[in-house]
Amino acid sequence: MAKINVNVDGVGHEEEVEPRLLLVHFLRDRLGKVGTPVGCDTGNCGACTISMNGKSVKSCSVLAVQADGAHLVTVEGLASNGDRHPLQKAFHEEHGLQCGYCTPGMLMAALDLLKENPDPAEEDIRAGLEGNLCRCTGYVNIVRAVQRAAREMAGERP
Amino acid sequence: MTVTPTPAEVRQSEVGRARRRKEDARLVTGQTRWTDNIQAPGLLHIAFLRSPMAHARITRVDVSAAREMPGVVAAFSGADFGAEQGSLPCAWPVTEDIVIPDHPPMATETVRYVGEAVACVVATDRYRAADALEAIEIDYEPLPPVLDLEKALDADSPLVHDAGNRAYTWTLSNGDVEAAFRDAPVVISRTFRQQRLIPAAMEPRAVVVTPLGDEYTVHTSTQIPHILRFLLASVTGVPEHRLRVIAPDVGGGFGSKLQCTAEEVLCLLAAKRLGRPVKWTESRSEGNLTVHHGRDQLQRVQIAAEADGRLRGMKIDLLADMGAYLMLVTPGIPLLGAFMYNGVYKMAAYDFRCTGVFTTKMPTDAYRGAGRPEATFAIERLMDELAAEIGVDPVEVRRRNWITHGEFPYDTVAGLTYDSGDYEAATEKALQLFGYDKLRAEQKDRRDRGDTVQLGIGISTYTEMCGLAPSRVLGQLGNASGGWEQADVRVLPTGKVEVATGATPHGQGHVTAWSQIAADALGVPFEDVSVVYGDTAVVPRGWDTYGSRSLAIGGVAVHLACEKVKEKARRVAAHLMEIDPGDLEYAEGAFRVRGAPAEQGRSIQELAAAVFNAHDMPEGIEPRLDSSATFDPANFSFPHGTHLCAVEVDTETGFTKIRSYVAVDDVGTVVNPLIVDGQVHGGIAQGIGQALYEEAVHDAEGNLLTTTLADYLVPSAADLPAFVTGRTETPATSNPLGVKGVGEAGTIASTPAVVNGIVDALRHLGVRDVQMPCTPERVWRAIGGAS
Repeated sequence: MAKINVNVDGVGHEEEVEPRLLLVHFLRDRLGKVGTPVGCDTGNCGACTISMNGKSVKSCSVLAVQADGAHLVTVEGLASNGDRHPLQKAFHEEHGLQCGYCTPGMLMAALDLLKENPDPAEEDIRAGLEGNLCRCTGYVNIVRAVQRAAREMAGERP
Repeated sequence: MTVTPTPAEVRQSEVGRARRRKEDARLVTGQTRWTDNIQAPGLLHIAFLRSPMAHARITRVDVSAAREMPGVVAAFSGADFGAEQGSLPCAWPVTEDIVIPDHPPMATETVRYVGEAVACVVATDRYRAADALEAIEIDYEPLPPVLDLEKALDADSPLVHDAGNRAYTWTLSNGDVEAAFRDAPVVISRTFRQQRLIPAAMEPRAVVVTPLGDEYTVHTSTQIPHILRFLLASVTGVPEHRLRVIAPDVGGGFGSKLQCTAEEVLCLLAAKRLGRPVKWTESRSEGNLTVHHGRDQLQRVQIAAEADGRLRGMKIDLLADMGAYLMLVTPGIPLLGAFMYNGVYKMAAYDFRCTGVFTTKMPTDAYRGAGRPEATFAIERLMDELAAEIGVDPVEVRRRNWITHGEFPYDTVAGLTYDSGDYEAATEKALQLFGYDKLRAEQKDRRDRGDTVQLGIGISTYTEMCGLAPSRVLGQLGNASGGWEQADVRVLPTGKVEVATGATPHGQGHVTAWSQIAADALGVPFEDVSVVYGDTAVVPRGWDTYGSRSLAIGGVAVHLACEKVKEKARRVAAHLMEIDPGDLEYAEGAFRVRGAPAEQGRSIQELAAAVFNAHDMPEGIEPRLDSSATFDPANFSFPHGTHLCAVEVDTETGFTKIRSYVAVDDVGTVVNPLIVDGQVHGGIAQGIGQALYEEAVHDAEGNLLTTTLADYLVPSAADLPAFVTGRTETPATSNPLGVKGVGEAGTIASTPAVVNGIVDALRHLGVRDVQMPCTPERVWRAIGGAS
C-alpha cells in the first residue's frame, strides 16, 4: 500500500492505495466522485478525462499513486460558486449530449482544448476531441457547443 | 359560437418548440445515476471467467483454489448453478420448426463462442475478483469452430448444435416473381456482405442485485426493465412480484441493451445464494466480446426491370448469422428487413427467403435499425446499379419507381400499408440543400481532368417501418411481445403534473418531449411537468424503448392519458360550478363556461386541490386527478427521407473523405426539433461507421480481434463532417399526434448513401461495388481489381 495526497475539486484527501489502483477507480470507488465514468479501459474513449495539474488526462490510464501531490479537477468541480461553466451551459444550449455518458470527458477535454486555443475553428475542435468518443450525437452539436463556449469565454455573446 | 382569443390568451404550443432538455442539467455536472455508481454496505463484486475458445468441450472445472484467494466470498461454475440457471430466452420463434438450442447463462458442457462465461468469482472488490479468476482451473477439449456462413450449411460442416447449423428458413412471397424475371430487359444481381458490427454504447453494461429477504432489486443498464422483470422471473424462478427492476441512467443502447443477459441472470442467482448485494461492471473488452452483435448477413439480391428502369420484381436470398445461440429476438431481426427490401418503390412481384445459421460466434440481435438497414442498403445500392445500367441519373430512376404522394395509403408488394409520405418533396428539398447539379458538374470536371481525387455522389431515398407496435401484427409474426405502451398522468395536489411512462429512455430525451406533450394537452407550464420512468415499482407496466417506438406509442399514450384526466376534471368543474359538463370548454389550463373570461373558470390546479380534499365531489369520482392510458396503433409508422452524401476518394490511396452530407427526413409531426436533429445526427454517424470503419473481425480460430476501441473503430469527431439536416412534415395517420419514429432513420439511410457515393466516384474506373467497411485498402484494391 502507498500513501497519497491529492486535491480533488478543491478538497484534500490522504489515502492508502494499492499501487495498481487506477486513478478513475480511486475517484469513483474510494472518494465517491462518480461524476467521472469509465468507458473503455484502454484510453481510447476519453469518458474518464479529468484535469490533472491543469492538463487533461484519461484517468483510466493513470495510477492513483501517479496522482500523488496533484490537483485534480473533475466534471463535478467545473462549475464555480454554483454557476455552471460556459462549456456546461453550451452543451445544454446546443444539445451537445444525449445519454450523457461521454459528456464529463468531453467537457474536460474541451476545457483543455480551449485553454490552448481559445478561438478554435471547426476542424481544430474535431481534431482536438479525436480522443473522446460519443456514440449518440454524431458530434455536430458537440462542435457547436465548444464554439459557443469559446465565444462566451471570450466575452462575446454566445 | 366561435370565440376568437385575444393575443394574450394564445398560448404558444409546446409541441414543435426546440426546448432545451430537462435531462441535461445534472448530466453536465456529473450528477448521474449510472448503475456502476451504486455502492452499498456489504456490496460484493462478481467477475466472470470466459472461454478463450470458440468451440470446445469443457472437461473439467475446478473453482476450489479461487475460493481460497484473499477477499473471495464465493466461486461458481456452471454446474454449481445447475438447473437453477435455466436457459436464456428467445421470444421470437419465427417458424414452427425453428431450432432453439438450450442456452445456459454459464456454459456447463460445451462452449460455443469466445467470451462465453464458464465460471465466476464473487469477492469484496473488483480487483480481488479479477485476481481470483486466475486460480480457476479449467480444461477444454477443442472442437472445430464454425465461422463461415455458407460453409456452415455444407453437409460435412462441424455442428454448433446437434440439431444442425440451420436455425430456420423463413419465406415471404407476393406476385409472380418468375414471370417478372422471365424476359426482363434488365436484371441486376449482386451479393452484399453486411458485416458483423459491435453496438458499442458508451456505457459498459453493469448490474447490481440487492436482496432483501426473498425480494430482489435489480439495477441494470438495460433498455427494457419491464420486459426484463418477467424474463428474469421465467428464467430463474424468482416470482415476478418479488423482483423489482430499475434502469437508472443508461448510457446508450442502440438495441444492445434490449436483452436478457447471462450476467443479469447470474448476478441474480449469486445474490440469491449469498444473501448480499452483488455488482458486475463489464470491461470494454468483455463488452466487445459479449454484448450481442449486430447485422452479419450475406445478401444475394436481384431486381428485374423494364428497359426504362421501372421495376418488375425482386428476389432476396439471405443467410443471417445467428451466432451460437438465439437470444431475445435474434431470429426475427433479419425479418424486420423482409418487409423493407422494396423500399419506397412499386413493383409487382417479390420473393424473400432467409435462412438463420448457427456459427461459433457471439449471438447477433437488435442493433440500431435491426434488419431495416440491411434491406435499405440492398435496394438503394441496387437502384444505383440499375441507374448505371440503363444510363440515367440515380435520382431519375428513383422518381420512375417511387410511390407518388397521391398514391398514399399504398399497399406494398411486401404486404405493408404505407399510410403517408411525400418522397418528391423530401427529395427536392435535399437536392437543393445539397447543390446537386453543381456537384455533378464538379464531378464531371474531375473525371475529365483525371484528378487523383474523384468526387462521388451517393443517394438514398429510404423509408422504414418503425414504432414497433401493433400488438396484433407482432403476434402474427410469432413475436411473443406486445406492442402497446402506457402512461399514467397524475395532477398532484399542488397542481404540478407527474407523468409515468412505460417507455424507458437511455439518452433520447423522453423527459423533455413528454413534458411538452403533457404541457400542451393540459395547458400547464412545461416546467410544471415531471416524468418518472425505468423502475418497475414506480411504473409497473410498459414495453420499453426500442424500434423507434417511444414517441409514436409511448408519447401518444401520454397525450391520451392527459385527455382522460381532463374529462375527469371536467366533471368536477361542472359539479363545482353547478353547470352541465357539456357547457364547459377547456383552454389555458382551465375549464370555463363557453365564451366566458378565463378568470371565471376553474384551473386544473384548483381542481386538483378540490379533488384531493374531496370536500365536494360529484357522485362516482374517486379523489385523485389522474388517469392511465394505453396506446396500441393499428399500423407502424413510416418515416422516410432523402439522404445525399458527397465523398472524395483518393484513387492513389483509397482513402475516402466525406465532403458533405445532407439529410432531409420526414418524421411526421415534430415534437422537439432539437431532439429530432440529434437523433438524425447520431444515426447518420452510426451508419457511416458501418460504411467506412466498423467491423467485428475474427481470426481463423474464431477469436475476436476487435476487442478494444483501438481495434474496433467507432467514428470520432475528426472522422465525420457537419451534417446538414432538413425536414418535410407529412403527419402519420396512425396516431392522433401525427408523429413517426426517428431513432433509427439516420442509420438506415446513411450506409447506402456513403457506399453509393464511393462507387459513384469510381464507376468510370470500372468499380461496381466495394465491400463494407470501405477501408482505404478495400477501396484501393477495388480500383486495382477493376482496371
